[in-house]
Amino acid sequence: MFKRLGDSGATLTLSVDGRSIRARIGDTVAAAMLAAGIDHCRTTPVSGAPRAPYCLMGACFDCLVTVDGVGNRQGCLVPVREGMTIETQLGKREAGR
Amino acid sequence: MAASDYDVAVVGGGLVGAATAWGLAREGCRVALLDEGDRAVRASRGNFALIWVQSKGLGLAPYAGWTVRSSNAWAAFAQALKEETGLDVCFQRPGGFHLALSEKELEARANVLRRLHNQPGIVDYKTEILDRSQVAKMLPDIGPEVVGGSYCPLDGHVNSLRLFRTLHTAINARGVKYLPSHRVENITKDDGEFRLTTSGGTIRAGRVALAAGNANMRLAPMVGLEAPMKPERGQIVVTERLRPFLNHPVVTVRQTDEGTVMIGDSKEDSTDPSGLTLGVSATEAERAVRLFPLLANVNVVRTWSAIRVMTQDGFPIYDESETHPGAFVLCCHSGVTLAANHALTVAPMIARGALDQTLVAPFSARRFHVQEAG
Repeated sequence: MFKRLGDSGATLTLSVDGRSIRARIGDTVAAAMLAAGIDHCRTTPVSGAPRAPYCLMGACFDCLVTVDGVGNRQGCLVPVREGMTIETQLGKREAGR
Repeated sequence: MAASDYDVAVVGGGLVGAATAWGLAREGCRVALLDEGDRAVRASRGNFALIWVQSKGLGLAPYAGWTVRSSNAWAAFAQALKEETGLDVCFQRPGGFHLALSEKELEARANVLRRLHNQPGIVDYKTEILDRSQVAKMLPDIGPEVVGGSYCPLDGHVNSLRLFRTLHTAINARGVKYLPSHRVENITKDDGEFRLTTSGGTIRAGRVALAAGNANMRLAPMVGLEAPMKPERGQIVVTERLRPFLNHPVVTVRQTDEGTVMIGDSKEDSTDPSGLTLGVSATEAERAVRLFPLLANVNVVRTWSAIRVMTQDGFPIYDESETHPGAFVLCCHSGVTLAANHALTVAPMIARGALDQTLVAPFSARRFHVQEAG
């Protein structure tokens, strides 16, 4: 789907719904998921339709994911870290998560 | 009577006016609903959307009965609106709570209910004090500081903005003429009809129903009525949508049908609807987190302030004019709670041309004269 321009830079590993993916240091969660070929990061609270990151600049909220147990994080604003655990945001966030 | 443009001109396009206009249209009246423009103070767009019974009527026992009547009429009211418009206002009446964060608060709450209950002529509105373990059975996510609370099975809530939209859809379908940008400047009565001078032209009607919220204070004297009001400001904090966890509305915290959590119930002596005070929002949020700790990390997506419609003693006013027969005034704080009464009980009275004093006599503004007369 997306192709990286060049292949320089150190990489790290994070987990998306239990599956390990490689990302570059400096990626955002949303960019890393797109680069890994993941085609949606959440389902909507109203219809359950799948959604993927869209604006990649913090405005559209379509890239919501659960990051290390905290729901409704904007994936495009969160830099990746080694060992990070990402989960698809399914519909409404659960209070307390 | 002259051939007026309308049988009734309802002044005020908020929840009270729209519910009244719908009720009048159901009675076969030709109705105009006069509203201000976009810069009006819009209490009906900013409210908390409770249908609330417990606490109502301390100091005026019939107000408790009036509120219970509306709560009991709400299911049929919502159903009738749904049949006419296809829109669901999401009325729910699971019973509501007032929660206490200390034994002192719980005792104060119990005292209020005792005083309310001990008034002569009070209806049984079934409110009881529950201890922590009883509350926890119905609200499992309460925090450790919650010591108990009061519960009333007649309390509920609704999607208030959808109610507003549904009422306007319903009145439009019934042929009510909605007239925005018609701020009423003057009302006279000549040849048996009312002439309302407005920013959008003159409207002639056989009767007038003033339902303009705090602005009734300005309008009522034009037709020999009075509406002593005391507006106050409230602020509301709204969270992102969450999976359902709160099955009962609490007087200051409720989860809407769409999943957002509304936090509110502040009171300030201000009439500036555009101001927000961070300290007030923060206090509301802090208390909500003590009630339900799982809200601690939830994102807030909106806050707003709005002006409450409030009479000087907090109780409704329903009156008909002696000097200008056919002119009525409706004032109340609880435009959501009492919407069913306004549509199904008060509007038919106005359609018949006289208030049924067996129901509304206690709510005459004449009560404000007791001390002056003494």
